Amino acid sequence: MTLSASDISVRRGGRAVLDGVSAAFGAKGLVAVIGPNGAGKSTLLSVLAGLLTPDAGAVTLDDVPLAAIDRRALARRRAYLPQNARCDWPIAVERVVALGLTPTLPALGDLPAADLARVAAMVEACDLAAHRTQPVTTLSGGELARTMLARALVGAPEILIADEPVAGLDPRHARDALVRLRAHAHGALVIVAVHDLALAAQYADRVLALRDGRVAADGAAGDVLTPQTVRAVFDVDVRIERDSEGVGIRYL
Amino acid sequence: MTRPWHLPALAGLVIALAMASLMAGRVWAPWSAWWDTGDPRWAIIFELRLPRTLLAILVGAALGLSGAAMQGYTRNPLADPGVLGVSSMAALGAVLTLYFGFAATTPWLLPVAAVAGAIIGVLLLLAISGAAASLITFVLAGVILQSIAGAAVALALSLAPNPWATQEILDWLMGALTDRSMQEVTLAAPLIVLGAGLIFHLRRALDALSLGEASAASLGVDITRTQRLLALGVGLATGASVAVTGVIGFVGLIVPHLLRPFTGGEPGRLLLPSAIGGAALVLAADILVRLTPSAAEVKLGVALSALGGPFFLAMLFGLRRRVA
Repeated sequence: MTLSASDISVRRGGRAVLDGVSAAFGAKGLVAVIGPNGAGKSTLLSVLAGLLTPDAGAVTLDDVPLAAIDRRALARRRAYLPQNARCDWPIAVERVVALGLTPTLPALGDLPAADLARVAAMVEACDLAAHRTQPVTTLSGGELARTMLARALVGAPEILIADEPVAGLDPRHARDALVRLRAHAHGALVIVAVHDLALAAQYADRVLALRDGRVAADGAAGDVLTPQTVRAVFDVDVRIERDSEGVGIRYL
Repeated sequence: MTRPWHLPALAGLVIALAMASLMAGRVWAPWSAWWDTGDPRWAIIFELRLPRTLLAILVGAALGLSGAAMQGYTRNPLADPGVLGVSSMAALGAVLTLYFGFAATTPWLLPVAAVAGAIIGVLLLLAISGAAASLITFVLAGVILQSIAGAAVALALSLAPNPWATQEILDWLMGALTDRSMQEVTLAAPLIVLGAGLIFHLRRALDALSLGEASAASLGVDITRTQRLLALGVGLATGASVAVTGVIGFVGLIVPHLLRPFTGGEPGRLLLPSAIGGAALVLAADILVRLTPSAAEVKLGVALSALGGPFFLAMLFGLRRRVA
């Protein structure tokens, strides 16, 4: 499986949000997309997910343009988790997770038994068993984020695209979420926009840095997350310390 | 999953109310009169009350379902075709055919125009309030649509060379089930059934939309197509209802709100209960207006607005946190 974007440009209100972005992604691994606010991270993720048609350039999945793939067929292979994902109705947690199976469901009737088992397993795997029947509108921020992640993962997508899944989470829940994404990335492609450089350094295989709608750096996490690149992308000076326990980033 | 008990309960309620609707009124028609074709009350039951009862069920189901579908699509519990101008747009469509005299020569044009008015109403509502509508802009858009369409109905009827204009304005904007015949039933039923079919077809899409448009689109839902089918479905169901009864508001607001706690919140699962519950509410309200001791029968639209207004207010207070 290869997902590849070539020369993507998106213009909005006369301004180029993305300007000639190209990148190719393989079947496995966790790719962190980093960059300052307004760099085009969310737009790039929407384009890669096939939800936004770029003004120029194209995204292909196994050499087939995304636009030529049937919506439901694409939805079965690729999951997308938007920024601040939430649910407007007081639906039980397990039913929200089951919504992730929408592209495979028959038009009528309740969930098939095999799907119920998948939902139950995913609820368990995301530590939501205690909240199984709780209305999703009454969950805490961390629980809601886990529910939404479970919703995205329940279909076992080949590609998971998540837009800032850890924004607003406390350190423990942010780490938990990345551990789950990391685990999924062993057998699938996971593309995540993150602001926390230390988390990116610790969990990502590859880091794609955007600035002003262009690719500023793209490569192995260790090669991209250097004081020079961080300075070029974010205009801040950092000291990066790596030891056996992980990566520390100190803003100077 | 437990078996839903609310569906049989609601269906039983509709059957009981339908029986009561055939019996109750100025003249009480007991069970014995049902079987004696010579009894004068037999004619009352089958020629006056049967069409009225069938229409109450059809129109109630159409309005309850339309309300549930609009709420599901907009993720807004205050959406209702009657309150937010869709029904008034249908009335405007119907009244324009009367105004230009088409209705007298081609009778099928009136319901078609009502359906067209309702479809335009839904599309306008969604367009004015925009894609990322807040509760406030959405309700405001509906209120604006409601007042403009209502004023246009009144204007058209006033300009027409028509001595009964005031009465007719009232008839269209405050609907009723009085003196309807089987002709109205056969006119409305196919359109309502077709609209309901379209709405039920959107079940999964409405469920997915609970997660927002971006998530729903990523789950394979075609948002544009869903919006068009919703406008068509709601337009057919609501437009056909208004064509035969005039505007009856608040059914689509009250019923889904009362039933949501029993269905687990998913908009798709709320559709069928809302249709059955809508039928029950309109039947019950129609029995009540028939039994109210007043010189002229209170209009059903008036009775439901009297009930629905305070209900709407109570819901607004309940939602204050989201509105503010």
